[in-house]
Amino acid sequence: MNAVTANAKRASAFLTVFLKEVRENLRDRRTIVTALVTGPLVGPMIFALLLGSMLSRELDKAEQPLHVPVIGAERAPNLIDALKAGGIVPQAAIANPEQAVRRQDTDVVVRIGDNYAEAWRKGEPVQVELFYDSSQRDANTSVERVTRLVEGYARQQGAMRLVARGMSPGTAWPLQVARRDQATPQSRAVLMFAMLPYFFVITIFMGGMYLAIDLTAGERERQSLEPLFANPVPRWKILCGKLAAICAFSAASLLITLLAFAVVGQFIPAEKIGMELDLGLHFATYVSLLMLPLVLLLAVLQSMVAAFAKSYREAQTYISLLMLVPIIPSLLLSFMPIKAQAWMYAVPLLGQNLGIMQLLRGDGVTGEQLGLCLAGSLAAALLAVLATVQLYRSEKLAISA
Amino acid sequence: MIEVKDLHKAFGAIKAVDGVGFSARDGQITGLLGPNGAGKTTTLRMLYTLMQPDRGQILVDGIDAAADPLAVRRQLGVLPDARGLYKRLTARENIDYFARLHGLPENELAPRREALIKALEMEEIGDRRTEGFSQGQRVKTAIARALIHDPRNVILDEPTNGLDVMATRALRQFMLKLKAEGRCVLFSSHIMQEVAALCDRIVVIAHGRVVADETPQALREQTGETNLEDAFVKIIGSEEGLAA
Repeated sequence: MNAVTANAKRASAFLTVFLKEVRENLRDRRTIVTALVTGPLVGPMIFALLLGSMLSRELDKAEQPLHVPVIGAERAPNLIDALKAGGIVPQAAIANPEQAVRRQDTDVVVRIGDNYAEAWRKGEPVQVELFYDSSQRDANTSVERVTRLVEGYARQQGAMRLVARGMSPGTAWPLQVARRDQATPQSRAVLMFAMLPYFFVITIFMGGMYLAIDLTAGERERQSLEPLFANPVPRWKILCGKLAAICAFSAASLLITLLAFAVVGQFIPAEKIGMELDLGLHFATYVSLLMLPLVLLLAVLQSMVAAFAKSYREAQTYISLLMLVPIIPSLLLSFMPIKAQAWMYAVPLLGQNLGIMQLLRGDGVTGEQLGLCLAGSLAAALLAVLATVQLYRSEKLAISA
Repeated sequence: MIEVKDLHKAFGAIKAVDGVGFSARDGQITGLLGPNGAGKTTTLRMLYTLMQPDRGQILVDGIDAAADPLAVRRQLGVLPDARGLYKRLTARENIDYFARLHGLPENELAPRREALIKALEMEEIGDRRTEGFSQGQRVKTAIARALIHDPRNVILDEPTNGLDVMATRALRQFMLKLKAEGRCVLFSSHIMQEVAALCDRIVVIAHGRVVADETPQALREQTGETNLEDAFVKIIGSEEGLAA
């Protein structure tokens, strides 16, 4: 009994736990589907669909003829010609322009006043009314297009009148605004991709979620934690093996999603509206690097929360609440456009968020920012590991009933 | 050899174990008998170092559980009250997992496992996933994984709980085999017949205290009852929580 062979090969406890958890969970269909299929692929798919439809709508509006109902078109044939030249197709007049716009029957309605022709002949200012609803973001492109055409026509006519009176058109416009937009094709894309970092975080989260629940609350509910702790292995080693298994699954999730985004990125016609989108290898490498400490941090947090729960179901509830936390930085950044300070990179989640946005802008991440991001998140993850090790020491943890 | 001296454990105001002390010797089966809620499981949990006693000492083969819990666990094979198996793993994989956690050398693992599978007559279920196992099949698997490292001391918490007659008989034979191999077998039960049939020594626990620690014969003589069942009732002071 207790025969000890001195030099025989023995498995390490950490590796044993890790391999067993991975093998066991690879046999669970729900875990596999969540971690390797729905979790990592739903994000890119939603993203592609949303973006694709958004882009094609923008493209449609910029290039295609715009149908605009015009009231009193017969009173201003020249203006109508100018609008037609700008790609607008005047439609028959409608009775109630306010309602038509509010009901989204049309994006914009032009009304030319009754006295237009007479006032124009006398050289008096005339009014052209545009009906639109600025809360319909979708209509903004159309409204802007019509506005620009009407204003351009007005300016052109004004200049001609001045010239006819022997004056320089410059008299009426002593000041000219020259716009110098510094946005690069990439930075323009950023506005649309503000939620991208959140997709990555959620993917990591979903990838590890079922494992984290299964390995703590689940094991407790199935009453297998007590026999496990009767083995001559310190509890922290068991915990580390379990954490490694969770990390393996969430990292796999992240890699799949990055791959999917790289593929999806090929099919988004971003350059057509003057944007540039680089979701290729360079992007994927940096994102994985930035996200690495987050993989550990989220695994620990999930395990910690699940360890508090008495049952699988309870753990699921807690963890879905935890899932709301990573939204905060994304929301914060999209509602409050704060200028990034160096220290912000050291804040877990926020740092990753800023870093990914910078990658999307095409600015790249500096060594300092990368270092801060990794160090800050890793420190937080290690603290969380220590706290969970303490939690694992509790006598109550192993007792199921 | 397991020695327990003056163990105390309280959960809040409830004294679950209130001065338990006994010895379980090698080559003997020691029965821990008591009604439900007497403190048997808590005592055993302190033995395999899942819980720490508030007071008292535990020695397993002379090793102090407070000083070196890992060494104590190495000397023990434990079938706890909770017998959860990993249902997505086969019986063999369940056993291998614990073998590796015990640091069993890889070259000894397979022979050891197959010997246990044969001894417990579980050849047919060895490669089946444990999901859907009967209570008896589950207990067999749990015992096999508890004994995979060939421990000198074996602790079984209510091993026959929920088993049918045939499975119970087989398990009792197996316990006698462990005894014949010279191991120290300590098991808890609230079933008197079982304890009477198997034990060399009976430790009766009630209300967190040891109320008797004798051989079955001495127990009968001490109480003046020829029937063990009557002897137990007399010792414990009530019939509550005992099964015949």
